[in-house]
Amino acid sequence: MQKIDLQDTGLRDLNATLHAQADNTNQTAWEIENPKGAHAIACGLDAPIEVTVRGSTGYYCAGMNQQATVNIKGSAGPGVAENMMSGKVVIDGDASQYAGATGHGGLLVIKGNASSRCGISMKGINIVVHGNIGHMSAFMAQSGNLVVCGDAGDALGDSCYEARLFVRGEVKSLGADCEKKEMRPEHIALLKELLAEAECDAKPEEFTRYGSARNLYNFDVDNAAAY
Amino acid sequence: MCGIVGLFLKDKSLEPKLGEMLTSMLITMTDRGPDSAGIAIYSGESNSKTKMTLQSDVPEEAFADLDKALGKAMGCTVKSEVKSTHAVLEIPTGTTAAARAALADIHPSIRVMSRGDSLEIYKEVGLPKDVAARFEIEKMSGTHGIGHTRMATESAVTTMGAHPFNTGDDQCLVHNGSLSNHNSLRRKLRRDGVHIETENDTEVGAAYLTWQMQNGATLGDALESSLDDLDGFFTFVVGTKDGFGVVRDPIACKPAVMAETNQYVAFGSEYRALVDLPGIETARVWEPEPATVYFWSHNAAPSSKEKAA
Repeated sequence: MQKIDLQDTGLRDLNATLHAQADNTNQTAWEIENPKGAHAIACGLDAPIEVTVRGSTGYYCAGMNQQATVNIKGSAGPGVAENMMSGKVVIDGDASQYAGATGHGGLLVIKGNASSRCGISMKGINIVVHGNIGHMSAFMAQSGNLVVCGDAGDALGDSCYEARLFVRGEVKSLGADCEKKEMRPEHIALLKELLAEAECDAKPEEFTRYGSARNLYNFDVDNAAAY
Repeated sequence: MCGIVGLFLKDKSLEPKLGEMLTSMLITMTDRGPDSAGIAIYSGESNSKTKMTLQSDVPEEAFADLDKALGKAMGCTVKSEVKSTHAVLEIPTGTTAAARAALADIHPSIRVMSRGDSLEIYKEVGLPKDVAARFEIEKMSGTHGIGHTRMATESAVTTMGAHPFNTGDDQCLVHNGSLSNHNSLRRKLRRDGVHIETENDTEVGAAYLTWQMQNGATLGDALESSLDDLDGFFTFVVGTKDGFGVVRDPIACKPAVMAETNQYVAFGSEYRALVDLPGIETARVWEPEPATVYFWSHNAAPSSKEKAA
């Protein structure tokens, strides 16, 4: 276990050290102490290492992650795991706005609640939120899965493309062109896998699936008011 | 961007450290806006006296013998304490309008930063650490306070464009965001006789709240109606003689984090601003919901919009 105290080591040195880890590094476990809400902690990692942050983080923690696992033992500020490509990010507390935005792959687990715009423009990432999510989540979501064990705020899935949205609780309102969909056996199987990986004991059968009604894909003059 | 911090103390033993805690929180937020900085501090009231905080770009000249000149003009005793470009006056309750009129004759450079029984506002162009040091904010005690560091977007970087804005007796407002309908709203308020000094958007927000309250709204009502009448982005933190409130616009893209323990309620644009507060590790930390008015008060019988501490 390699320990780095952010009070003694600057942010750039910390990230440079983590970036220097090769694919076959034998230093696979890292612990970061005293994050104190600093920005851009463990950003741009690209090695199969596990980084544990002991506390709450500021903007853009674990952004652009590839391969690495990042555990946040606190809450995360805006833009956590933004544009993640692969790997896993697990937040014990809450996440602020636009968690997992534009993510292409990997798994983001939020054990508390996520704020507004969770999964905005997601492009293949899987996001599992144990609690609730805020308004405008999965706006223009293109692919991937957003799983919410609690409730969703206003305008869920507005203008979404082919992302699958699963909500166990209430949805305050659906966004433009987002609709309720049938839960088929393949969705139950997919949810079972994602929930297990996210250490969540919710039952797949309790979820409702939402997705694109595909009415905004092509211009239709009758939809002009919806654009 | 801009940075906001706020601290409302429940535990009286922390009151002597209010200035020190607020200063440290505000300095942490420096990189959210280095243009100008300001602090509103509720430092306590004294019997049948009220306070005015003044500013002048030529303080040596404007504030020399100010207490005597103003006392003579008003026929009463005036106490004046000069701190750098600011002076805090102590005058008899109910004489602020008379004092404002007299001050205009005494020296044209004098501008009123705030008025109220407990409130003092200090603001200048510069970094939070320099502004706080200039006014020795760290040494100040008080019950609650609000700080702001500005990245100007809508109007010039000047002392009058700095936050907090005084919205009425003992009331102040700070803002992170930008209002898009401030020009039309300014025209409407001016037609109704509201005095607005600058082209700044936040001043219009502050004047709007004052105007609402002059027409009988409570602060809670005024904040609720701001959600309908103000267009644009805002996270507002407001201060009153007894309390402290927060409201975010429905889109809520301007950041806000709050923390509450049995000693205090704290606000920060980012969690970083809160990390050195006592007991933060076990505090309840959350993001205020969009389009929701939050309010804490020292008043034992707060209105329905307020929450007693």
